[in-house]
Amino acid sequence: MIKYVLKRIGYMLITLFIIATATFFMMHSIPGDPLGAMANKLPEQAKANYYAKYGLDKSLTEQYTIFMKNLITKGDLGESLKYPGKSITDTLLTNSKVSGVTGGLALFFGVVIGVTLGIVAALNKNKWPDYLVMFIAILGITIPVFVMASLLQYLFTVKWMILPTTGWGKPKNLVLPVIAMCFGTIATYARYLKSNMLEVMGQDYILTAEAKGVSRFHIIKDHVLKNAFLPCITILGGQISGIFTGSFVIEKMFGIPGLGFYYVSSINDRDYTMIIGTTIFAAALFVVAQLLIDIVYTLLDPRIRVK
Amino acid sequence: MENDKILEVKDLSVSFNTYAGEVKAVRGVSFELNRGETLAFVGESGCGKTVTAKSILRLLKPPFAVIKEGSQITCDGKDVLALNKKELCEFRGDEVSMIFQDPMTSLNPTMTVGKQIMESLRIHRHLNKKEAREEAIKMLKMVNIPSPEKRIDNYPHEMSGGMRQRVMIAMALACSPKILIADEPTTALDVTIQAQIMDLMRELKEKMNTAIILVTHDLGVVANFADRIQVMYAGQVMERGTAREIFYEAKHPYTWALLSSAPKLAKEAKQELYALKGTPPDLILPLNCCPFASRCEYCMPICKEKNPLETTITDTHRVSCWLQHPKAPKVKSFYDREAK
Repeated sequence: MIKYVLKRIGYMLITLFIIATATFFMMHSIPGDPLGAMANKLPEQAKANYYAKYGLDKSLTEQYTIFMKNLITKGDLGESLKYPGKSITDTLLTNSKVSGVTGGLALFFGVVIGVTLGIVAALNKNKWPDYLVMFIAILGITIPVFVMASLLQYLFTVKWMILPTTGWGKPKNLVLPVIAMCFGTIATYARYLKSNMLEVMGQDYILTAEAKGVSRFHIIKDHVLKNAFLPCITILGGQISGIFTGSFVIEKMFGIPGLGFYYVSSINDRDYTMIIGTTIFAAALFVVAQLLIDIVYTLLDPRIRVK
Repeated sequence: MENDKILEVKDLSVSFNTYAGEVKAVRGVSFELNRGETLAFVGESGCGKTVTAKSILRLLKPPFAVIKEGSQITCDGKDVLALNKKELCEFRGDEVSMIFQDPMTSLNPTMTVGKQIMESLRIHRHLNKKEAREEAIKMLKMVNIPSPEKRIDNYPHEMSGGMRQRVMIAMALACSPKILIADEPTTALDVTIQAQIMDLMRELKEKMNTAIILVTHDLGVVANFADRIQVMYAGQVMERGTAREIFYEAKHPYTWALLSSAPKLAKEAKQELYALKGTPPDLILPLNCCPFASRCEYCMPICKEKNPLETTITDTHRVSCWLQHPKAPKVKSFYDREAK
């Protein structure tokens, strides 16, 4: 097992290296530069100074070497081109924490509620609870998150005036964005778990359990749930890494100082260091989440256990 | 032991509700099973063998499958069709248990085999974990699984097909049920393993005096295993009798057809194997005639008008065929032709 994990970590580092390299060159191949996005009418000398300060006057290979050296030896992603003096690493750490709290809560409630609804729907197939859950699920999938967010803001702040529209720092600031974000997750898990459960309930080994005299409750609890939940872990992996990079729309609408804002705006600003920083950060989270998911999988599913 | 009835099924009718209509899969099947006896259901696919077997444990899923009113299943004095949910759970696995066709899919892949065997012990015998584990090891030893103390913690995928079927048998027999229903227990296994499994079942049957209902389409399996055989076709029993009677004195053209389609070693090597032409009747339609009439070589006008009643030949041997009518012509039986 340890050998397997070490091997996986090795692959992860290679993946990250490739991603960093690819992002670096792709980003520089986009027309325009950070200065162009900020001010067009700077004197030539000011421009030259700016380029010199950030090393943009050097050749691409040279820039690449410097960047890689800093990244590998010091874990330093550089300084933002758009916001002078702002360290990328610090920004990532501070803002991803904010995104992580909102996204994490949303994911937690989304999974718990979604799984519960999925179980309810599967156990009451073709009866009203099933139809109700599927109705909610379809709403959750079809209503865009920004519509949901504005609806919540309208109801809870404009109409009933019980929750703040925007802001950060107090628990009550979290309520609306978390609800808005978890709605889609609820829908995904409810639908997914329902179909998985129905599939598992049709398996031969469930019939075996019935023939043994296992009660319906224990069949669901001991035989169906674990097997039905296993495939859900796969989607969970992608979502876990997603929570730290934040949601651009939600963070904008609720004024949450998360990472989502930087993640998107850095591309428009040609904020090279920020783009690379956020991309590597997201990629690293993703591969780490995948590794965790695979480890969890081997713990839960004996068929893919590594010896 | 004679006439010590453990199971009595009377007029069992089962229908499936499908989009195409009501499929009458089992049509008024009656039979009895004595303590410690082996009864085989024989017939081709779709003849209602498995449905009949599953009905005994009420494993068919309503509202899709319905056991019709008027059906009676009595097991050891218990009216099976009247059991409530809780009683049904107590009945299943304790008094009657079942093993299935495909050991590859019949075990929960994410639970150790030991746990799956212990499950029924804990439900029916109320053993604690430790006792159940010891008992499960004993069961695994009984079904000849080597080093059961280690194997008990295996997951199904770590075992071969034959071993898994042994685990299934251990699981089914864990609570020493009065009846074991084996639904094609060897179909998914290769031939050498088939023989081992059948030997094991015979040995255990004698040891535990369990009555067995064996569902199969393999006459070879039946020949030296079953005490009595019941030949089924289109949801009805066509002929029933002791194994001897069915193999050597069969009276029904369908039984003859089944017997001729089994390969025989003694025959000349190059002889073509007999194949029964046609397909079984559509079970959605009502059948007012002999269901086998359209495929029968000896079909007479009456066969297409009326379903024959059972004719009793000996105490154990009964046939549903118009050929048994006193006025029916004498036909050359399967045995006469074979003897040639």
